[in-house]
Amino acid sequence: MGHYLLRRLLILIPSVIGISVVLFTVLALAPGDPFEELATNPNVPAEVRASLRAQFGLDDPVVTRYFRWFGSMLQGEWGFSFASRVDVDTLILQRIPVTLLIIGSALVLALLIALPVGVYAATRPYSIFDQIANTLAFVGFSLPPFFTGILFILLFSITLDWLPFVYRADISAAGWRWYWEHLRQAIMPVAVIGLFQGASWTRYVRSAVLDVIRLDYVTTARAKGLAERAVVVKHVVRNALIPVVTLVALQMPALFGGAIVTEQIFRVPGIGSLLISAILANDTPVIMAVTFVFSFLVVAFNLLADVLYAWLDPRISYR
Amino acid sequence: MPGSIPASLTADAAAAPAARRTSPGAEAWRRFRRHRLALAGAVILALIAAAVVLGPLLWAVPINEIDFAAKLQGPSWKHPLGTDDLGQDLLARVLYGGRISLAVGLAAMVIAVVVGTLVGAVAGMSRGAVDAVLMWLTELFLSLPQLPLLLLIIYLFRDALKSLVGLEASMFILIVAVIGGFRWMPVARLVRAQFLSLREKEFVEAARALGASPARLVVRHILPNAIGPVIVAGTIDVAAAIIAESTLSFLGLGFPSDVPTWGRLLYDAKDHLDIAAHWALIPGAAIFFTVLSINYLGDGLRDALDPRRVI
Repeated sequence: MGHYLLRRLLILIPSVIGISVVLFTVLALAPGDPFEELATNPNVPAEVRASLRAQFGLDDPVVTRYFRWFGSMLQGEWGFSFASRVDVDTLILQRIPVTLLIIGSALVLALLIALPVGVYAATRPYSIFDQIANTLAFVGFSLPPFFTGILFILLFSITLDWLPFVYRADISAAGWRWYWEHLRQAIMPVAVIGLFQGASWTRYVRSAVLDVIRLDYVTTARAKGLAERAVVVKHVVRNALIPVVTLVALQMPALFGGAIVTEQIFRVPGIGSLLISAILANDTPVIMAVTFVFSFLVVAFNLLADVLYAWLDPRISYR
Repeated sequence: MPGSIPASLTADAAAAPAARRTSPGAEAWRRFRRHRLALAGAVILALIAAAVVLGPLLWAVPINEIDFAAKLQGPSWKHPLGTDDLGQDLLARVLYGGRISLAVGLAAMVIAVVVGTLVGAVAGMSRGAVDAVLMWLTELFLSLPQLPLLLLIIYLFRDALKSLVGLEASMFILIVAVIGGFRWMPVARLVRAQFLSLREKEFVEAARALGASPARLVVRHILPNAIGPVIVAGTIDVAAAIIAESTLSFLGLGFPSDVPTWGRLLYDAKDHLDIAAHWALIPGAAIFFTVLSINYLGDGLRDALDPRRVI
């Protein structure tokens, strides 16, 4: 297992480098120049401009600039936010726990929906339950997260007045009340992403279970006289989960996209809403750093999926 | 097989009309019709497409006529879908926005399918290093966070393109290129997988033995047999591209603010939910029904075009 993990970590290095090359290429190809303002300002002499450019290394070859940029990204020197006048890493460290909490809870919610519903539907294919679940899944992943968010606000905040629609980080209550208030305001943002992902994963789980449940070893398990429950939970689901883990890992970028949208709708102070406000404020260092963090999170979740994979399927871990 | 030997000439003649051959197209259509929801999806999608193409000609109300006397009104005879905070007619705006959404969806799908087919075909036909590099690139693109990158690229490039071709056209090109450029990977994997199995088949070997060039092999023999899953993936891509474009507009970073795309209408409406819910519900429902019918259409096409599935 340790060996396997180490090898997976080594495989990560080229993909982190690849992602950084893509990000840097986008930045380098972009028109515009951080010294544009100086160039158009007649009060700044050309020699001063040239020496400033040399000082910041803007005239170096692209490859040199890439390595300098990547090095400082890795060391956590992400620059200084133009808009909020603080270091980018402090800003991101402040914001990231909320985002991780929302994404993590949404992931759990999506799996809590997709696994039981998908497995139950697959054990009774074409039954009434299966058809209802299938229809709801289609509706679920055809409703874009931003519209679900608006529907939730209309229903639960405006019509019924049950839940707050603005996420507040500064809740003044203490003790149990504090937890309760946080739970209440997190329900809608988490449900918006969780339901959207849960709907599409239900279909993956259903088709993965359907593929496995017809295999001979399942018939053998039944013929041994095992209870149906034991057959499904211990024999079918474990094997069916292997392709599901891959698909869930592939959907991680979509999950982060959903997080950006919900954070924006419910004004959750996470890195998604930080990205949007940075774009609106032309705050390039923050934008680059947040995009880098999102890429890193996707890679980290893929690593997690690989570990899960090895645990689910012992055949691959000693390859 | 003993059953295949005709017992007599007359028996063979009697059996012939029963085993009438159907063309692949007719067979696909027969299978597609059996998926009733897919058929319904196709009809609804055709209605939506007809409405957004012909609607602005029939409902000739300008999309930007400001009338403060009629602001934030619910549905009425004068404004069948109500008005927004400037008193602009929502029916006209929704119909106009639908043109953009459908156009972006189709154009991004074409880019994704063309790029994906090219990458998949090259990877599937060439063994070794080219295949490995292309597949590594596909995996890399799959693990990029798409929405943040989409936002980053639009942020960095919108001003430069604007000066070249004008605001609206430049946003269209940029959005379509970027959405399409991040959706080719599933198509590339599908095409490569199909190519890997098809290029070893006897009929391809026969064509090669007859001296067909690699280009002819691909275009005439392999690609037509690999196209089914690509059509299905392309259909789903249209839905995904419509959602992606609406998401950008909803975040306020898509088309310029005076272009009423469906996502932009929702973005403008979200601060007036308590007094004018219809304003948000109408474009939202338009996105939902379009995407839902495209998804069902894709599901029906999957049934129709997969010859291994028995129905």
